[in-house]
Amino acid sequence: MASVAKEWREIPGRYNLQGTKCENCGKIYFPSRSFCPKCRRDSIGKMTPVKLDRKGFVYTFSVVHEAPDCNNRQKPYAVVMVKTSDDILLSGQLVDVEPENIEIGMPVRAVLRKLDADGPAGIIHYGFKFVPDY
Amino acid sequence: MDVGIVSYGAYVPRYRIKPEEIGRIWGVDGKAMGKGLMIYQKSVPSPDEDVVTIATEAARDMMARVPDVNPEDIGAVYVGSESHPYAVKPTATIVAESIDATPAMTAADMEFACKAGTAGIQACMGLVGSEMVEYGVAIGADTSQGAPGDALEYSASAGGAAYLIGTKNIIAKINKTLSFTTDTPDFWRREGQPYPLHGGRFTGEPAYFRHITSAAKMMMEAMETKPEDYTYAVFHQPNGKFPTRVAKQLGFTPEQIEYGLLTPNIGNTYSGAVPLGLANVLDHAKPGDRIFVTSYGSGAGSDAFDITVTNEIENYKRENAPTIERVLENPVYLDYGTYAKYKGKILMSE
Amino acid sequence: MRDVAIIGVGATKFGELWNKSFRSLGIEAGMKAIEDANLSGDEIDGLFIGNMSAGRFINQQHVDALIADYSGMVTNHIPATRVEAGGASGGVAFREAVMAVASGIHNTVMVGGAEKMTDLDDASINSVMDATADAEWEAGMGITLASNYAMIARRMIHDHIATREEIAAVSVNSHFHGALNPGAQFRKAVPIETVLKSGAVATPLGMFDCAPISDGAAAIILCPLEEAKKHTDSYVKVSAVAQASDTLALFQRDCITEFKATQAAAARAYEMAGITARDINVAEIHDDYTVAGIMAMQDLGIYKTGEAGKAFLNEETHFDAGNVAVNTSGGLKARGYPIGAAGVAQIVELTEQLRNSAEVRQVKDAKYGLAQSAGGNGSAVTVSILEVI
Repeated sequence: MASVAKEWREIPGRYNLQGTKCENCGKIYFPSRSFCPKCRRDSIGKMTPVKLDRKGFVYTFSVVHEAPDCNNRQKPYAVVMVKTSDDILLSGQLVDVEPENIEIGMPVRAVLRKLDADGPAGIIHYGFKFVPDY
Repeated sequence: MDVGIVSYGAYVPRYRIKPEEIGRIWGVDGKAMGKGLMIYQKSVPSPDEDVVTIATEAARDMMARVPDVNPEDIGAVYVGSESHPYAVKPTATIVAESIDATPAMTAADMEFACKAGTAGIQACMGLVGSEMVEYGVAIGADTSQGAPGDALEYSASAGGAAYLIGTKNIIAKINKTLSFTTDTPDFWRREGQPYPLHGGRFTGEPAYFRHITSAAKMMMEAMETKPEDYTYAVFHQPNGKFPTRVAKQLGFTPEQIEYGLLTPNIGNTYSGAVPLGLANVLDHAKPGDRIFVTSYGSGAGSDAFDITVTNEIENYKRENAPTIERVLENPVYLDYGTYAKYKGKILMSE
Repeated sequence: MRDVAIIGVGATKFGELWNKSFRSLGIEAGMKAIEDANLSGDEIDGLFIGNMSAGRFINQQHVDALIADYSGMVTNHIPATRVEAGGASGGVAFREAVMAVASGIHNTVMVGGAEKMTDLDDASINSVMDATADAEWEAGMGITLASNYAMIARRMIHDHIATREEIAAVSVNSHFHGALNPGAQFRKAVPIETVLKSGAVATPLGMFDCAPISDGAAAIILCPLEEAKKHTDSYVKVSAVAQASDTLALFQRDCITEFKATQAAAARAYEMAGITARDINVAEIHDDYTVAGIMAMQDLGIYKTGEAGKAFLNEETHFDAGNVAVNTSGGLKARGYPIGAAGVAQIVELTEQLRNSAEVRQVKDAKYGLAQSAGGNGSAVTVSILEVI
């Protein structure tokens, strides 16, 4: 069984899209980083937690037919790169949508869903997925 | 001090199945069955949805409508359900984390068959009223299971609603709550068993009807009210038939229960049923409207509430989250095979 | 720094080699290279192995020791080093070896690349591949490596950089050459319809847009250029070995329809070799997914953005078209993609081309050959340039 700590420590990002902002240059990073790759030492101690906007638009997408086992009951399933309203790009699944209705530019929002589980007895991994935002 | 509802949010998964489709598989006239139960379709959760995700969605909508409430002022989160994803490990902590209410707060999962959600509201009222906490969150949500082929399979569905209970800026004042509780084993699920069992027709008269009518009468007696004093009434709704009949027995009209009766359209959401019905009423409510609510949980007990909508509902940002009517728009209908796959009823290799 | 030459190359056939183990594949390629270089084996004083994931594919870590042992090198106790950089493992191993010889620390070095994939079930193989992207924030969220390339392809089509047909043409080109390479996994040319109609893997990409699961190994012998003649008359010069990196997760880039790591590695390589993109005659590029082939040709500066797809579609990339011949080996798509071996096998092919031993797929008068090897979604890229001397 996989370590539970591995999932637990990512909860702020997985549940609530928490990343970090470099207070030196203002750039937001998701997932969190301990320093800004652009500002380097100038950013040390100036990286503050920030939550991304849960709303955004589809930047690009794909419908996955050869799916990992965790999504056996949901294939084919869609994955998207989403540009959030605060202009951050991130990847995730897009659910509650028919593949033929997905298009670049469509509005989506992040919700909490089950990503996977460590078998029937192990821990359940929750995290963000996107749904159409009508 | 007035205690009441500060905000609410509701969620129902988008998938549906009709009783005739279920009956087609089991050699039953599903359409007639649905007509008898007054259930014309029921909601089905997606494979990646469970009580945690449903409760979280409802709670986030609840918070979206009160942007001025600091989630850190939430002192208690209770999630009532009979289908918590973990037998041991709370749903409530996950939901609390998802709305940024942690860590200075208490949390617990509740279980009382279909009334665990309203039990949570009562617990929050106590904490808020005694000033132990500023806000309490009570959620009723379920992804209830009916054994394949059992009568419950035609009704057991998924959904939930969340309530923020407090004393400031309340959109609906809870004038009073009381309960009627006995040991009546009409429906149960033993530890480790995947599906509940029930006492068949025993779930009716000595169970549902006795407890609801007793609690309702106690409430009207205590408040010195009559059915016609209420704008709306919400009763527990394991199907469409029971609440319609109990409303009639108590003297409520079909118009009074219309908004609060969602089961014909979404099935029995168990712990989510009364909270969802009340949410739909609040979606339509105006200042001064009075709402009569009685839940029922097998085993057995009923919680009754007498509620008055306040002027604050005019300032309330209801539009920050979708109404139930909106949530229920554009459902996707499943065949039984897909339904069985989604519900995990098909044995798969690990 | 001294100039380095390739004096011998060898490779196994690539494919589903059910009766061959990881160690037997590695030894077979190594023996061929030693033979090709006219060595006894005792001259070799260093061993570099490109291998992505023997740990997960065959449950064997420490393959550097394994290969040193079974190749007989252990009798001289020479240093053996395993190199991993996702899909670029072979390319990076080659670069490490070239640097070792160039620096003077080593003299005669063998670079091996090997992967044994088919001992694992398909779903697990895919999960190993997905782990070359960001395991926490891509694979862990349900993003497969194929779907990342598919999202690049979708965006590329949307931004009019390439059409679906042009992307598919990369596969057609690789299969055209694979049919001419006896060592290739797929030795059959396919029409574009076959690619376009192949079963969906991650839309818009289908089965024929994706390199296969393969077993195989390749090996190269390096020595200082000035000593090459001592061993053989047919050697080629390594003019450049460049490498660059980029974010692990694709979504963290400003632009997803180009690989900045390829651009950076190419710029460094051209400078090192003292040439420009226009001097390249034959190129082996990392077409693990067709769309990566389009990106590679544009990021290498061989074609302008929007032009690479047309070149593939118009068959300008064929070995006999008189332009830059692309993936004359069959590329990853048709030759096969035993991951750690891929980057080394590219060098094997270029060597064959530059010394005129590529037989029916021989590119005429090729002077400069370029190999581009990429890991994950272009998070690690090597660009190497070989030259006829």
